[in-house]
Parts: sequence; C-alpha cells; structure tokens
Amino acid sequence: MRDRAAIVFGLSLLVCAAIPLFGDNGERQLGLEFAATLTLATLWNLLAGYAGVISIGQQAYVGLGGYVLFALTVFAGMPVLAALPLAAAACGLIAMPAGRLLFRLRGPHFAIGTWVLAEVFRLSAAQVSALGGGSGMSLPIMSILAISHSRPQRLLDFYLLSAALALATSAAVAVLLRSRFGLGLTAIRDAEAAAASLGVDVMALKWIVYVITAALTGLTGALLFLQNVRISPDAAFSVNDWTANVIFIVVIGGIGRPAGPLIGCLVFFAFRAAFAGYGAWYLIGLGGLAIAMMLLQPQGIVGFVEAAWRRRAPARAGV
Amino acid sequence: MIGALDIVVQGLLVGGFYALFATGLSLIFGVMRLVNLAHGDVIVLGAFAALFLVQQTGVQPLLCVVLVVPLMAGLGYLLQRAILNRTLGANILPPLLVTFGLSIVIQNGLLLGFSADSQKLPMGHLTIVSVSLLPGLNVGLYPLGVLILAALVIGGLQMFLYRTALGTALRGTSDDPVTIRLMGIDNRHIFGIATALSFAVAGLAGVLMGGYGNFSPAAGPQNLLFGFEAIIIGGLGNLWGTLLGGMILGVAQAIGADIDPGYQVLAGHIAFLAILLAAPRGLFPRMA
Repeated sequence: MRDRAAIVFGLSLLVCAAIPLFGDNGERQLGLEFAATLTLATLWNLLAGYAGVISIGQQAYVGLGGYVLFALTVFAGMPVLAALPLAAAACGLIAMPAGRLLFRLRGPHFAIGTWVLAEVFRLSAAQVSALGGGSGMSLPIMSILAISHSRPQRLLDFYLLSAALALATSAAVAVLLRSRFGLGLTAIRDAEAAAASLGVDVMALKWIVYVITAALTGLTGALLFLQNVRISPDAAFSVNDWTANVIFIVVIGGIGRPAGPLIGCLVFFAFRAAFAGYGAWYLIGLGGLAIAMMLLQPQGIVGFVEAAWRRRAPARAGV
Repeated sequence: MIGALDIVVQGLLVGGFYALFATGLSLIFGVMRLVNLAHGDVIVLGAFAALFLVQQTGVQPLLCVVLVVPLMAGLGYLLQRAILNRTLGANILPPLLVTFGLSIVIQNGLLLGFSADSQKLPMGHLTIVSVSLLPGLNVGLYPLGVLILAALVIGGLQMFLYRTALGTALRGTSDDPVTIRLMGIDNRHIFGIATALSFAVAGLAGVLMGGYGNFSPAAGPQNLLFGFEAIIIGGLGNLWGTLLGGMILGVAQAIGADIDPGYQVLAGHIAFLAILLAAPRGLFPRMA
C-alpha cells in the first residue's frame, strides 16, 4: 500500500517535471521557480530540521549569489555559466567568517543575528553606486544572448539548470544524512547536549552545514536572478520572498522530514495559485496556516501521513 | 568640535527609543527563553492603535497611551495563554516559527487596515521644542523625555522584579520553572503576565516612536533588530546595560547618518557586529 502510493506519487512528479520541457514560457518559468524554491526549502530543512541552526537570514546568500553573478558578468566580462560556480564559492567563503561571528549568538539570538547580516548586505548593496545603488542593475544583453537567442530556449535551459540543482541538492542532502556526518547531525537534532557529551563537535558541525547551505543558497540565488535579468537590493535580500515563504513551506511539509520540503512546495504553489490574488489576505492565511501547523501538527503533513500509515498498518511499522 | 558633540548627543537621545524597543523583548526572553520575532510588529501595532484613536476622536496622541498600553497588555496576556504557552519547551524552533508567522500576520493585517503608506502621529509642536545647552548644541525635549521615561520604565521593572511578590514569582519561574510549580505558582499565568508587561512597554514605545518618526506596516522588523542589538550590545539580561546599549546604537547611527544619510542604519548594524566580535557577551555583561 505504502510502496505503491510512493511509486504513483513519484511517477506523477516525473510527469509534472516533464511538463515544462514541452510547455510554454509560463510553464517553464513556473517550473524553474518551483525547482529553485524546492532547493531553498531543502537547504533550510537541512539547517533547521537537522542541524538545529535556525536562520531567518538566508536571503543574505540568495542576494549575495545574485550580485556576485551580476558583478562578474558586468565588470569581468565573464560568461554567466562560468560565473555561477564562482557565485556559490563566494557565498561559501563569506559564510565562513560570518558563521564564526554569528555563532557567538546562541539559539534564538543567532536567528536574529542572521537577519542583521542580511540587512547589512542589503543596505551595503544599496550604497554601492557601481552596483546601481538602490535601483539595482541589469545583465548586459550580450551575455543573455550568449546563452541562447531564443527566449523559450533560454527558459528551458534555466529550467533544466534549476531542476538539476534541486535534484542534486536533494540527493546530496539524502546522502549526507546517511553518512557518519549525518548521524552526528541527527544526534544534534534529537538531543544536542547528549550528542555533545558523546563526542560530537556540535559547533563545528553546525558551522560546516551553515557554510555548505550558504554556498548552495547563493548558487540558487544566482540562477534566480540570472533568469530575472535584473537585480535590486530589495528584491535580492527580501526576507519575505527567500526566507518567510521557505520557512512556511518546510513547516507545512514537515520540518526535519526528508520529504517535507517537496510536500510543502506542492502545497505552497497550489495555495499560491489559488489565493495569491487576495494579496494581504493570502499572506495572513499562509502565516496563519504555518502557526496552526506548528501548534497542532508540528511534524507537518509528512509527519501526519506517517502517523496515519502507522495506525493503519501497525504490523508493518516494525519495532 | 561642537558639531561632533552634537552628533553624539543626538545619538544618545535616540537611544531611549531603542531601549524601550528592547525592554519588552529582553523581559520575556529572561522569564521564558522566548524570543518574540513579532516584537517589532507589536510596537508598530501600538503606533497604529494610537493612530486609529487619534483619527476617530482627534485626541492628543500622547493621551492614547492611557488606552493603548492596557489594551496591548491584555492582548499580550491572551496571546501568551492561547498560543505562545503551547510552544514553550526544550526545542527553540516552535516559538521562533510561531512568532515569525505572527509577524507576517500582523504586518499584513495592518496593511489591510491602513494601507502601506508611511504615517506619523500628529504630536504638534511637542516634538520640536528644544533647549540650547551650548551655542550649536540643542537638545530636543521630546527625545530627552523618552530617554528619561525609558530609564523610569527600566527602574520600575527592576523594582517590580526584585521588590514585589509577583516579580519574585517571575524571577523564580525564570530560574526554575519546575520547582516554582511546587510553590503553588501557575507558570502559564506568570508567563502571561510577562508577555502582558512586554506588550505594554511595546505599546508605549509604539506611541512614542509614532510621534517622532514615520512608521508603516512594514516597519516592524527594523524595530526588532534595533531592540535586539541594544540587548546584545548592553549584555544579555542586564536591563541597565540595554539602556546603554540603545544609546551606543543611537550614537553609531548618528555618526553614520552624518557621513551619509544612507549609512545611518548600516552604521548601527556594523557597530553591533563589531561589538559582537570584540565582546561576545556585550559591553556590560551581568555578573555571574
């Protein structure tokens, strides 16, 4: 029953993922947005759900990745595809000292500290006139055309890149969690003090996860703004777009659950498609849904389904 | 020379606002280890409550404090009993995520009720009166009054926490939430009282801020960050340190603003990060 459901679900996902290949520009755009959001949610789930690192400032690296890509393309004349990995590397490098500094703040204070860092990046970007100040900058048309002259083809390329990144990130996180490293992380999630007393270097693990997620978050940001062609400080470092939505997705899907980000993304995009037209009411509904989920069903939809399965088939649940 | 002194004095004066932003945040963290990510939005909610009263009745904005502060306290108590108490525990994630969701809900609720426009409470000439200390050095009476009020609020809270039975219960709950229940004290009620106090100070801060600078539904997070920075600069758990932390943050911002108005907020954030680097426990850590 459970296996069959998983297979049907997996197949329908594959069909959905194939739609943008044959679809129009709008479907490709939606597909790449979905893939990028799934990547961000998977990374945030790794941070908060496994490493116990709660950041509300991941927009720092979405924006930084985007700006590094634009700067390398505009000032160094680099082809955008070559600039993508460099944007990720820059985010990882910046995250190393930034993480060391922010981890001086404990638990909930770390969370606000990450927000301060993102604000520092946003306000700094707005002050640099070479980056266009508060109004931002655009990619030169030549570097866009170098990818492809046809817009549908470009969108298809971007979709494939985003989908590959989402798949690679999900696979990397899954492999990571099964490794010795992941065992340490899971131990931190379940009982931080006990993990520390058994020899897990909690702070070092948290720092490594913070740096890795920063690099991949930066890569996602670079991709997002590459297809957007324009970048500005408020859009690049938006807490609502890159962190609030992602947190809601992970909470609704199931925090600390491998399938949580994917299920959360599906619910989020459906909810958005149905209600985004209601503006502020839509955001109130989304925030309210996340609050209700945290209070009533803290394991999210995935946790709820798992528990329901266990009730229906107690013999298969094992010990 | 007078110019430099003037920048420092203006910065110190603004510190009163930041100390008021920080006090409510620090209080509930001290009592129940809860960081309310919606605290800045609660402050803005207080300002909008006053704006609503002024629009409806035409009353002088400062008088709104009489109504806004108890209303906010009641709201805080109810929120703690109905929602936040259920999130408390060893895991720091639920309270953070629930208050983050609350922040989005408050911001968008205010957006629906009042639009995204920037607002200001019509305080009249109250906010522009100043006394001249030296030629070229004027001290605004309004921010000076706010600074004194912030000191009074902090002094009053210290008196409450250390001299009254309820305050002792609050500190006891903070020190040992299990043992305190053996003394017949209901934690849930004590936590409710703490949040009521936090919201009351936030409401007061909101009205005072609303008459001095502009505010909009989106202004909450910035207030949260300023209050948070004042707490960490001053040293966690030290309310007088928080007042000084607010003043230091104000001075950093004033120096930034003097270089370029665009650097005002940025300079405050950078000063915060620099102090975190140099003195991780803050400048005035509480003695163990």
